[in-house]
Amino acid sequence: MRTDLLVAMGMTFFTTAIFSVGGISAMIPEVHRQVVEVHGWLGNEAFATAFALSQIAPGPNILMMTMLGWRIAGWAGLAVATLATVVPTSALSLIAGRAENRISHARWYGLTKRAFPPLVVGLICASALVTAQAAIDAWLGYVLTAGVALFVALTRRNPLVPLSVATLVGVIAGRLGYF
Amino acid sequence: MEISAAPPPDATQATERPHVTRFDLFAGFFLVGMIGFGGIAAAMHHVIVERRRWLDDQQYASVLGLGQVLPGANLVNMATIVGDRFQGFQGAVVSLAGLIFMPIVILVGLATVYDQFAANPDVIAATKAAAAGAVGLMFGTAYKIGKTVINTRWALLFAFLSFVSIGILRLPLVGTLLVLGPISVAVNFWRDQR
Repeated sequence: MRTDLLVAMGMTFFTTAIFSVGGISAMIPEVHRQVVEVHGWLGNEAFATAFALSQIAPGPNILMMTMLGWRIAGWAGLAVATLATVVPTSALSLIAGRAENRISHARWYGLTKRAFPPLVVGLICASALVTAQAAIDAWLGYVLTAGVALFVALTRRNPLVPLSVATLVGVIAGRLGYF
Repeated sequence: MEISAAPPPDATQATERPHVTRFDLFAGFFLVGMIGFGGIAAAMHHVIVERRRWLDDQQYASVLGLGQVLPGANLVNMATIVGDRFQGFQGAVVSLAGLIFMPIVILVGLATVYDQFAANPDVIAATKAAAAGAVGLMFGTAYKIGKTVINTRWALLFAFLSFVSIGILRLPLVGTLLVLGPISVAVNFWRDQR
C-alpha cells in the first residue's frame, strides 16, 4: 500500500517535471490538479500551506515538490518527490549542457526560445489564478496580492521585501479581526 | 563512476578556464541556496559570476538560456550544467546537492515549527498573507516576463490560450503543451520564412 503510494507519486511527479517548462510557478495548476483533485493525496489547505512555506524558505521554489512529498508520504515521500522532480530534468540538462555548442547554433533552439516564453507567461498567470482560488478567502488577501504584484512589476527590489510586508500586514490585520 | 568533463565550449577558448574543485562547487551552490531568499536567480549570478568568477557574463547568459529552455527549475538545471562543466558527472551531483540540501533542511524545519503552531491565529494569518503575497509575486513576474516576450499578436494569443487552457478550463499541462508548443514553434517558423 505504502509502496504503491510512493510509486504512484513518483511517477506523477516525474511526468510533471519533464513537462515543467518555466519551473514551479508555471506548474502549480497541474500539481494541484494531480495532488488534490485527481489523487486526493492532500486537501486544499495542506496544498496552500506547502506552497506558502516553500515560498518563504530559501532555495529553488521547485522544492515545493519536496514539501508535498514529505506531507504525502513522510521521509520516503520527501526522497521520492525530490528525486522524481530533480533527476529527469537534471539528466536532460547534463546532456544538453555537453552539447551546448551544437544546440545553441541549431535552428530549432532559436525557434523554441521564442515559441515557449509566451506560453510560460500564460501558465504563470494560470498558476496565480489557481493558487488565489485555493489560498485566498478574504478581501484583504486580494489587496495583499495586488500590492505585491505592483511592487514586483514596478521595481527591481528583492521580492522578499513586499512578501515580508504582506505577511506582517496579515498578522496585524488578523489581530485586529480583519483577516 | 568517473565520467570525463564536457569539452569546453567555444566561448571559453579565449579565457583560461578557472580550476574549480568538487568542494568549491558544493560550497558555491550551498551559498547560492542559502543567500537566495526571495531572489535566488540574483544570488546565482552574484556567486557564479561576481564572487567566484567561474563564468563570465556571456557564458552565464548562455547557460541561463539553456537552463530556461529545458524543462524544470532553471536554477537546478544551471547548477547541473555548471557542475558538469568543471567536474563532470560528480561535479553535477555535488552542485545539485549543495544547492538543495540546506534549503530542504530549512523547509522541513519550518514546516515542523509551523505544525506546532498551526492553530495559532497569528500563524494562520501569516501563512494566508504569505500565500496571497506569493500570488501577487506570480502576477508581477508574469508581467515582467510578458513585457519582454509578448511582442507580437501571436505571442499574446499563445499566452492567452495557455492561460485559458490551464487556468480556466483546467486541462492537463502535458496535453496543453503538446498541442500549443508545436503550433507556437510552427508559427514562429512560418513568420521567419516570410
